[in-house]
Formats: sequence, C-alpha cells, structure tokens
Amino acid sequence: MLGGRRFSLDWVGTLPFFAYVFLFLILPSGIVAVGAFFDAGNSFTLINFAHLSRSFLVKVTVDTVAVSAITAVLGAILGALLAYAIATGNPNGVLRRLLVSASGVLAQFGGVTLAFAFIASIGPAGIVYLFFQAHGLDYYSREIWLFTLKGVDVVYLYFQIPLMVLVFLPALDGIKPQWREATESLGGGTWHYWRHVAGPILFPAFLGGVLLLFANAFSAYATVNALINQGAPMLSQQISNALSSEVGASEPGFAKVIAVEMIIIVTLVTVLYTLLQRRTARWL
Amino acid sequence: MAVARRGVHRTRWIKLQVFRYVTFALAGIFFLVPLLSMVEFSTRANSGGGRTLDFWKAIFTYPELIDWNFGPAPDASVNASLELALVTSVAMLVLLVPTMVWVRLKLRRLTRVLEFICLLPLTIPAIVLVVGLFPMYVWLGTNVSDSILTLGFAYVVLVLPYCYRALDAGLGAIDVKTLSEAARSLGASWFSVMWRVIVPNISNAILNALLLSVALVLGEYTVANNLLYNNLQVELVHLQRTSAGTSIAVAVASLLFAFVLLMILAFIGGRGRREFREEAVTKLGTGPVLGSAG
Repeated sequence: MLGGRRFSLDWVGTLPFFAYVFLFLILPSGIVAVGAFFDAGNSFTLINFAHLSRSFLVKVTVDTVAVSAITAVLGAILGALLAYAIATGNPNGVLRRLLVSASGVLAQFGGVTLAFAFIASIGPAGIVYLFFQAHGLDYYSREIWLFTLKGVDVVYLYFQIPLMVLVFLPALDGIKPQWREATESLGGGTWHYWRHVAGPILFPAFLGGVLLLFANAFSAYATVNALINQGAPMLSQQISNALSSEVGASEPGFAKVIAVEMIIIVTLVTVLYTLLQRRTARWL
Repeated sequence: MAVARRGVHRTRWIKLQVFRYVTFALAGIFFLVPLLSMVEFSTRANSGGGRTLDFWKAIFTYPELIDWNFGPAPDASVNASLELALVTSVAMLVLLVPTMVWVRLKLRRLTRVLEFICLLPLTIPAIVLVVGLFPMYVWLGTNVSDSILTLGFAYVVLVLPYCYRALDAGLGAIDVKTLSEAARSLGASWFSVMWRVIVPNISNAILNALLLSVALVLGEYTVANNLLYNNLQVELVHLQRTSAGTSIAVAVASLLFAFVLLMILAFIGGRGRREFREEAVTKLGTGPVLGSAG
C-alpha cells in the first residue's frame, strides 16, 4: 500500500517490447546517424559529407530524383484518372470494392517478382515483345530499355498508380455533387467547375499524392536491383555497394552518409506531405 | 429548357461512362498482362514450341532452392524463408499482443508513443536500416549465430507497422478493459486473461497480422541481400541468371501461395460476422503482398 500509485511498476510490462525496439530499430538508426560523422579510425570527421560530391554520386542522386519525380508525376496523373473513374461509379458496388482491394494489394506489390513480371511480359523474351516484333514493331531496335532507367520508370508505375488511387480516392469522395450544381446554377460549365471549384480543392491532395509517391520510389531498392544488376544507377544501390564492397571496408562512413542523404530527402518530402494533408483536410 | 438540360446531362453521363470503362480496360491490361505473362513464360517448353511444365518440375532439382532439411540451419532458400516467416510471426505476436493489451489497460498515456514507434519503420527505408544492422549482424555472426534465422530479428521490425495496424483494429473493436477486469475478478491470472479471453476475441486481427507478416517475409529481398543471406527472393535473382523459366515458375508459385493464404483468411473470416470479413479484406489492402513495394 505504501506509495503504491507513485511507484507503480506497470511500465515493466512494456519493457521487453521497448528493449527489442531499441535494439533492432533505434540502435541501427543511431549507428547510421552517428557513423556518418566518423572515419575508419573512429575519429570525428565531416569528410564523409564531402564524399557526397563525388561526381558519380551526384549523377546517381540526380538520376534517382529524376526517376522518382517522373514516376511520381506520371503515377499521380494516371492514378488520379483511375481514382476518378472509380469514384464516379456506385460507391457500394462490387466493382469499386474489387478495384480498391486490388489497388491495396498492387500498391505493395514490388521487388523481385515485379521485375520478373515485366521481364516475362515486355522483356526481350517476353510474350508482349515477341507479339509486337512479329507484327513489325520492334520497340527494342535501339536498346533494350527495360534494363535501363527508362524501364525502371515503367515498372515503378505498377505500384505507383495503385498507391495514388488509395491516397486520392478519399479526396474525390469528399467532393460534393452540390458544388457542381451550384456552379451550374451560377452559369458555369464543366471547365469553370474544374478550374475554379474542384481543381483548387483537389490540388493539395494531388500534390500530397505526388510527394508520397516520390518518397516511395526514392527509397525503393529490390525492384530496381532485380532489374538492373550492373552500374548501380539508383541511390539505394549505391548504399548497398558502399556497404559490401572493398571501398566500404576502408570507408565505413560512406554507406552511412549516403543513407543520411536519403533519409534527409525522404524526411523533407514527408514533412511537406504532412503539411499538405492538413491543408487538404480543411475542405474535404 | 428542362429537356435540353436533361440532354446535356445525358451526353455528359455517356461521356463519363465511356471514360470510365476505357480507363478500367487500360488499367486491366497494364496490371494483368505482366502477371499472366509470368504464367505463360513459366509454361514454355525448354526448346521448341508448345506448353510444358518442365520449368515447374525443375524446381525440385535445385537443392539450393528446396530440400527436406527443415532444421535450425536450413540450407535451401525456400525452407529458410518459410522458417523465417514462422519465427517472425510468432516473435511478433509474442512481443506485440501483450504490450498492446497492457498499454490499453494500464498505460494509456503511452498509446501515442507505442503507435509512433510501431509506425516508424514505414518512414525509414529498409536499405537505410540495413546500413545500421550490418555491423550488428557482423557481431551476431561471430559471437552468437550466423544462421539465416537471425534475420528474424530484423524482420520483426519490418512487419511491426502492418501488424500494429491489424491488431489495433482488432483491439479497438472489443472492450479490453471490461473483459479483463471481469476475468481478473473471477480469479484468472494475467496469462489466462491473455490466452483465454483477449486472444480468442481478436482472433481475426491476429490472423490478419500473421498473414501480413508471412507475406512480407516471403517477399523480403533488401535486408537479406545486403546482409548476405540467401533467402527465397535472393536465390530467385541468382537462379534467374541460370534458368529464367524456373525462377519465374517459383515466383508464380509464391504468388499463388500468398493468394491461397488470402483465400484461407477470407474463408475463416467469413465464418464470423459480415463486417469482420469486409474488414479483413480492406486490411489486406493496406499490407504487403510479397514484400513492400520496391
């Protein structure tokens, strides 16, 4: 009874969980963040950050940003169109439930299997390519672009579009038909409605979707690594290279500093996304 | 006027329907063709035309892919991935369920902290986490064990966000406090409360969490590849260089396996109330199917 409340031992029950999370989530994150500031001799240095300006790494960073931006914008536009097609149907229909469930599954469908799916279809031995080739359209006549960054753009759309559907559909559902009727009663047509009513309301949600898709593509590793196994054209692959190569052993800070670069970019994008979400919530 | 107005609505409605079904058709092609092509590719004949199951039969001729050693140190990658799925799911449940119940009962102020920590792995890219895990696994490998099953430690962290959401939905649907107080006042131990009262009441959520973690572990590539372990996905990439047909057959088989798990879940969930089944389906939608994207 003595001081029972003040010295409650209830927190002991959560100790195993927090100890585990500390060991396998917080500690590795800390190793990355702190390790970026140390050299092979374990002394404090900022030299690792200077390594980020190595020309090949700058090129890879620019390429990764480009792939992420292209797939984010394209994925967002196509995903928004698909979401609109879904939103304008019966809200309780079988079709809608099927498409939403499928989007949920496909948005997470990535990695080796996804790369295989594209190799088996539009790859140089795939059925789609063979079909087009037999009909006089050889889309690999210049280069086999599936195994370049152009191919990565196409393959990433496979999970970017469904992710946009999931993110954008709630915003579209928030649009009230009365707004369109109000526009019409004021003499506005379809163009006015989209330009002055629905567009401005949906734009923050759309932009938020673009940012989420960007972060999603930016940190992806498995899909691109199964598709392109030479040259490591993406930042995530450079981290992997720096981790396991000979260079990595002599420069333990290098992988960590690229990882920090990635985290900074992803965090920036995520913060912007959260701010936009708040703005979206004001209207929808 | 009214007729003209209705006419405008009518043409707009037709345009909209055309747009909708063209969009659905194009999306159907883009999303289904790659999947079906894998089936087509894996049933080609080794030489010449026609359909055979040669690539499928060949799966069992690769000892690095599958063998009958389901011991604590599996050699084959399918065995390793299946064992990892089991170890990870069990560890995740043992770690997460009691903690979540305890926080609901006794430490409500920790709810936000727990949620934040559980969702944290979503914002840290796996490839970044690997960089921090690398020196830890070097240490583990030399001092404790270098079995591939040690990957389970990292996988529990990876499945945390998905399982947390599934279990949170389940616990939110029942009155944990009343149930456990009732059980305690009847003399049940905390273990009985957990095992005989809470767990049966959230069995659907537990099944969801299990399925999500099994799907994620079977599809995991990033962590295993960079910590230099040969799990199923890493082996598939190796195998692709020697036999593309067989590697794609295995990929199709693992997709089918995930699909069967999904059906089992829908079936078991379907025995409950209707709302539960729908919840199960939408919950599936928020989780990974064979690896998180990328």
